[in-house]
Amino acid sequence: MSILVYAESIDGGFKKSTLEAVRYGSELAKHIGTSCVALSIGNIDDTQLANLATYGADKIVSIKHDKLNQFVAEVFTKLITQIATQEQSTIVVISNTYSGKSVAPRVAAKLKAAIASGVISYPKTENGFVVRRGVFSGKAFAEVNLTTPVKVLAITPNTFDLTENVKPANIIAINADLTDADFMTNPIEISRVTGKIPLTEAEVVVSGGRGLKGPENWGLIEDLASALGAATACSKPVSDMHWRSHDEHVGQTGITIKPNLYIAIGISGAIQHLAGVSSSKIIVAINKDPEAPFFKAADYGIVGDAFEVLPKITEAAQKLKAQSA
Amino acid sequence: MRQQNDMKILVCISNVPDTTTKVTFTDNNTKFNIQGVQFIINPYDELALTRALEITEKSGGTVTTVTVGLSDTEATIRKALAIGAQEAVRINAEPTDAYFVAEQIAHYAKTQNFDLIMTGRESIDYNGGQVCGLLGEMLGMPSVNVITKLEIENGIATMVRDIDGGKETLSSKLPLVVSAQKEFTEPRIPNMRGIMAARTKPLNVIEAATTDKTSATIGFELPPAKGACKMIPADQASQLIDMLHNEAKII
Repeated sequence: MSILVYAESIDGGFKKSTLEAVRYGSELAKHIGTSCVALSIGNIDDTQLANLATYGADKIVSIKHDKLNQFVAEVFTKLITQIATQEQSTIVVISNTYSGKSVAPRVAAKLKAAIASGVISYPKTENGFVVRRGVFSGKAFAEVNLTTPVKVLAITPNTFDLTENVKPANIIAINADLTDADFMTNPIEISRVTGKIPLTEAEVVVSGGRGLKGPENWGLIEDLASALGAATACSKPVSDMHWRSHDEHVGQTGITIKPNLYIAIGISGAIQHLAGVSSSKIIVAINKDPEAPFFKAADYGIVGDAFEVLPKITEAAQKLKAQSA
Repeated sequence: MRQQNDMKILVCISNVPDTTTKVTFTDNNTKFNIQGVQFIINPYDELALTRALEITEKSGGTVTTVTVGLSDTEATIRKALAIGAQEAVRINAEPTDAYFVAEQIAHYAKTQNFDLIMTGRESIDYNGGQVCGLLGEMLGMPSVNVITKLEIENGIATMVRDIDGGKETLSSKLPLVVSAQKEFTEPRIPNMRGIMAARTKPLNVIEAATTDKTSATIGFELPPAKGACKMIPADQASQLIDMLHNEAKII
């Protein structure tokens, strides 16, 4: 028996979301009295792989292969399920990133396993196997009981604590047994925005709405974001009017995020928008309209004009940054 | 491989509460309260449907929709027909979880030879985002999640999908399962002719296949209410940073 964690890698290393998944798998393994196996796919060197032990993996299975440096859902599914079967895993843990989301359901179908995605709790095992997940795009939570012998948990990034504990890494290299027929899709090109913090991973998010009046004023948002080391986001109307790209749109039909700090500027706080951000630890609302619904969902509020208020806040944030630098 | 001018596309349509819905629960927080709730086509499914129509209008073919649901989903299904799907299938069962829904759709699709199966990237009620991948594996097809572009030429689909911090362009042979993300296309509003035509288009009801249950939702909970919002006067806005640093200890 074991718990298998798929350790997603990007550009030869592991992101925080992967380390969170390994820590989750390891805590869960301790709780139910089994071991935690992490699976790395692609050419990752041993120093990086050792990181997975630091975050709790008892065993690290590494499949190196030149054709596996890019994520291919159906091939990664095959490998994850192969290792899950070999390791007699009863739980497969995957971080609910974009790639995680494409591989987790395939793994579940192949293992005939129940799947819960967007998981935000450790399972309660006293009476079944119950996990908590966000539903209605953040408007509510559901408790779901998974009843199959094998289970797949796709856990929400930025939800579980990371604790380090350096220990010797037990790395086992395995060869991939793959043929061309395994590759049904063909990656052509990957373009990543560099020098920007991905919204789903950001601990601080500065978000603008229609109150900013036009895309030409986004410098105000970006300046504050830069001073706070934050990602930028926007409301649905802003994305619909193409002031900002859709991947910045947070809300019910956009991305659901849960940063430590969410600062909303010139966003009224419609129920669809709040759904996507209400799990943020601290919410700040800045709006001209004292009746804006956002103030009911916020921890701190400023009634004022973004164009007057923002430069003051940015200046204070820059000062703080300079002090702590 | 069928000729391209005869593409058979299946679009999975989920019946979901309108985005303005105030979510509440009944039966000791075990059931979603549908009282007064307006149901709509899941917005991402609507994008998939529209793109499917664009593809078949350009290159020929048919668009069928499939919904796993009881008879109360038929208004939503008729709307999909009004937007332009040629026919609809309703699999007569309560959609209990994504695994069940995917098994039902896979069971139906296996008999039909679809070239392309499309879903939304997730439903806005249960947010699983699982049906696309589950269907891919159950049908032995590739699946590509959260796509913003799809072009089909000579039996090859070229797509752009969202990845963490960027985009990936990739291609796949058909048959294929994809899930639609925002920016895929602009949703279409049904016109009067479409609405009239939808009344007589086939809506075939088929009985659900017998499958094993894999999960059960045992309860719901609303997020805890926020405490009072601490207001900072606009002329002292810079205090916000001080409070976030020293009081909330968040920066």
